[in-house]
Amino acid sequence: MIYFDNAATTWPKPAAVIDATVHFLEEVGANPGRAAHQRAVASGRIVYEAREAVAELFGAPDPLRVVFGANVTDGLNLALRGYLRAGDHVVTTGMEHNSVMRPLRELQHQGLELTVVGCAQDGSLDVADVETAIRTNTVMIVLNHASNVVGTILPIGEVGRIARERDLLLLVDAAQTGGAYPVDVERDGIDLLGFTGHKGLHGPMGTGGLIVGERVELDRLRPLRRGGTGSNSELEEQPDFLPDKYESGTTNAVGLAGLGAGVRWVLEQGIEGIRAHEVAMTRRLIDGLVAMDGVVVYGGLDAERQTATVSFDVVGMTPSEVGLRLDEEHGIMCRVGLHCSPAAHKTIGTFPDGTVRFGLSAFNTMDEVESALAAVGKIAEESR
Amino acid sequence: MTEGDYTVLLVYSTSYALRAEKLLDQAGIQSKLIPVPRELSSDCGVCVRVAREERRAAVEVLKRAGVETEGVHDV
Repeated sequence: MIYFDNAATTWPKPAAVIDATVHFLEEVGANPGRAAHQRAVASGRIVYEAREAVAELFGAPDPLRVVFGANVTDGLNLALRGYLRAGDHVVTTGMEHNSVMRPLRELQHQGLELTVVGCAQDGSLDVADVETAIRTNTVMIVLNHASNVVGTILPIGEVGRIARERDLLLLVDAAQTGGAYPVDVERDGIDLLGFTGHKGLHGPMGTGGLIVGERVELDRLRPLRRGGTGSNSELEEQPDFLPDKYESGTTNAVGLAGLGAGVRWVLEQGIEGIRAHEVAMTRRLIDGLVAMDGVVVYGGLDAERQTATVSFDVVGMTPSEVGLRLDEEHGIMCRVGLHCSPAAHKTIGTFPDGTVRFGLSAFNTMDEVESALAAVGKIAEESR
Repeated sequence: MTEGDYTVLLVYSTSYALRAEKLLDQAGIQSKLIPVPRELSSDCGVCVRVAREERRAAVEVLKRAGVETEGVHDV
């Protein structure tokens, strides 16, 4: 059995993540930040330490600027729907996931002006096109760090420099790169960073959020939810300080216990080591697929410039047929179709059928890559 | 130490109290998180207690790190 659906959710998880969640449920259990008894403080400490770990991984100087939510979609929705107003102009790219495109399209119906900068068929972005798209009313540039379809890494550092020069905010969706590729909010000039816990950070599902940089006016960034925070309880108004302003309601503390352990695991392994392993597997996977007759591989075909996510098609078969055969005949689990990213599939020319996507993680092995290549080779040969 | 030897630092929330505890620990100042004394605030959270002789140093550590205090009280 080979699990190649890590671009959706990584599995397996490090043992420390399982231990931390079990420990929380068995030994801690209380509501974080809601009381002063020892278990409530222990619970609050676990959540705080998860904040510290996330801040360290992404180079954020202040852990209290890490706002937790259910996933990256929550974080991106807060940044987009909380900050943008009718009449604002936003620049995004043709490689975005629906977690960015759907909130933006809704805001567009409400009067937001939107420019979607086209990308090349390999998913790459010409930074000059971003600069050209900027108008006098542009307030934000939004882009993913890497495509969830073809893994292509976008030049966020260069876009970050443009954003600073033009006094715009940069919102980055790091769902596909967090924990797998270096991301540093200071170096890359990121003002708002959406992250998710259940992919490269190796935490449980239901964890993620948004890092809010110092250039973001908190008065303008409205919370999407209001409610109890355990702080300022004498007031019937929402607190105005981070992270409480954006974290109403009891948080997923058990998940965050696991997330903290996952991020610490990533920090212990080191991003460079994880990246080197993933690049080696990705290179072999791309080379093996490209060499096959009847297989079309998408993206830049350069392991150094993408994540460990590879999309391909078998000529003469639909992606869903290929996925079914991989699963049933070879025990290989992957994701086929549009991957919640119609824009990206239009860009790479695979809309509306989609592709077969192999998403690898730190836990995959070169042996698994070889087995998967053999399986795809067999399916492609039989389709001819 | 007996009653009257402590200073409590009131902060916005448990997250800030935990951040304060870490920063103080890194600065070599012992602290303890305790429920906010009822006479100081009606809030339900925790605050940071330090020895009274550490009051000035503790306030300085938090100020330098940008952790705002809502109040500093000798208790």
